Amino acid sequence: MAANNSTGSDTVKVLMKGNEAVGEAAIKAGCICYFAYPITPQTETPEYLAKRMEEENLIFLQAESELAAINMVYGASAAGVRVMTSSSSPGISLKQEGLSYIAGAELPCVIVNVVRGGPGLGNIEASQADYFQSTRGGGHGDYRCITLAPNSVQECYDMTMQAFDLSDYYRVPAIIQNDGIIGQLVEPFEIRPYKPMFEKFPPKDWALTGCAGRKPNVVRTLYLNPPDGLEQLNRKLDKRYKKIHDEVRWSEEFNCDSADLIIVAYGSTSRIAKSAIKRHNQNGKKVGMFRPKTLWPWPDVELVKIAQKNKGSKILVIEMSTGQMLEDVQLSLMDIVPKTDILFYGMGGGWNPTPDLIYEKISEILKK
Amino acid sequence: MNIIKTQPKSITTDSTKYCPGCGHGIVLRLIGEVVDELGIREKMILTAPVGCSVILYDYISCDVVECAHGRAPAIGTAIKRVHPDKFVLLYQGDGDLAAIGTAEIIHAANRGENMSAIFVNNAVYGMTGGQMAPTTLIGQRTTTSPFGRTIKGMGKPIRVCEMLATLEETKYLERTSIHSVRNINKTKLAIRKVFQNQLNGIGFSMVEILSMCPVGWRLSPKDATQFIEERMTNYFPLGVYKNTE
Repeated sequence: MAANNSTGSDTVKVLMKGNEAVGEAAIKAGCICYFAYPITPQTETPEYLAKRMEEENLIFLQAESELAAINMVYGASAAGVRVMTSSSSPGISLKQEGLSYIAGAELPCVIVNVVRGGPGLGNIEASQADYFQSTRGGGHGDYRCITLAPNSVQECYDMTMQAFDLSDYYRVPAIIQNDGIIGQLVEPFEIRPYKPMFEKFPPKDWALTGCAGRKPNVVRTLYLNPPDGLEQLNRKLDKRYKKIHDEVRWSEEFNCDSADLIIVAYGSTSRIAKSAIKRHNQNGKKVGMFRPKTLWPWPDVELVKIAQKNKGSKILVIEMSTGQMLEDVQLSLMDIVPKTDILFYGMGGGWNPTPDLIYEKISEILKK
Repeated sequence: MNIIKTQPKSITTDSTKYCPGCGHGIVLRLIGEVVDELGIREKMILTAPVGCSVILYDYISCDVVECAHGRAPAIGTAIKRVHPDKFVLLYQGDGDLAAIGTAEIIHAANRGENMSAIFVNNAVYGMTGGQMAPTTLIGQRTTTSPFGRTIKGMGKPIRVCEMLATLEETKYLERTSIHSVRNINKTKLAIRKVFQNQLNGIGFSMVEILSMCPVGWRLSPKDATQFIEERMTNYFPLGVYKNTE
């Protein structure tokens, strides 16, 4: 880590990989436990934290499997502390069992997915093919995870801290949906002190600490009695998910004021797309971009506003998948934009589009 | 009047949902007695497994975490790391510990996590209605081994104490049974030993308890105790497999 404290404040400018920035942010945000299992392209996070957590006298444990790691997350969260795990796609698939239990038990935690190509072992290149898995729950049952998608090392750092806050505040697991490019990317960013997003967090009076002086706490996901017990839980969770949708839709827009074409992209794809868009803008072409920063809750209201503002504009969804976020875009815009005006450009097999390829694709659409 | 035996204070029920002749109620009672004697109810965090004993928290008054099938050793590991001053008890059955959660128990034991484990071995999956478990005996008929378990294709029953004894960081391993009063009393001593080891910071300790499942075995409660005496203890010898102070 190359430190450069030239700003003269409590903010330090450093050069780090995205995967390392995630680790440092976790420590800054008060993460007490981190449970690891190696897998490319996220292994820098466990390597970084193996050293840093020892220095900070925190709990680092390399588990025997991703299954064990996510269940350790369940245990540590049930014990009342901030906890994180990280992995990449095949490992995240293994974690889905635990994630479902964590969601059912209303336990807060942060899970980092540095997405690689799939299905199966796939490859180790960047991919965005885990969009469905992260935004639709992933494991069994009726649940959602807050899903944040950084597109820079700075956001890896900032969003990891925010993920802890959101997760504690709403008692919903939070996912950092990274990809192999952002995780491996080295770029300068500012290490800022942790500032909680909320003034007050709900007390963890449900945590397992031994029942001295209080009634026993039970962390559970089984609801057999009363017969509608599970119905009640799921209704409660649904209400919470709606509240999160109302309060945590994050996105940003770029040149979306009178655009003929609006690109929708997130993560590293949004950065690649932006350089192609800028070239078109220099040539006087009206191309803008909408970038969701939360994949769940999906910023539908914001996208609708942009589409309404740019009536007649075509939409081009770009993903490193064969079309997953595309479905959210179509659902959001079904009453506003003709389906034939919602176009898609995707890369399968864990491979990223280049600025040139996107530039060509945009030219093709604008010619029609 | 002299009270010789009474319901343990940490046990909150005078009846359980267990089937007639089931061993879980006896094990639960023994845990309650030892917890009372050691005065650890308020520092205990218990893992409830998937299986018949999942609703342990309806019977015992302490903090409980309900675990996914087999994962209690991983969950317990994290809880104990966060709260090293608390008492963490794993309660697991044979399908839980010796099939789906084999990796978790082996690695928790191998790391020498300072936890206590109670392994209730009744040689079948009880809650789902008596299917073959990794500890089902050769020749034993279950709903998924209707012609009796064979070595060919199904392998031999796993002896968990013997297997864990090969790991150097396990500190105390004993196999007991609850098919007679004498054995119940011995089991209580083993539970006490396993609990005390954690309180004394000695390390990973486990008692494997051979237990009756009359309904799963399609036997009367009385015949079920005979089954342990005549069949189970032959293959799963009782005794201490590891004792490191």
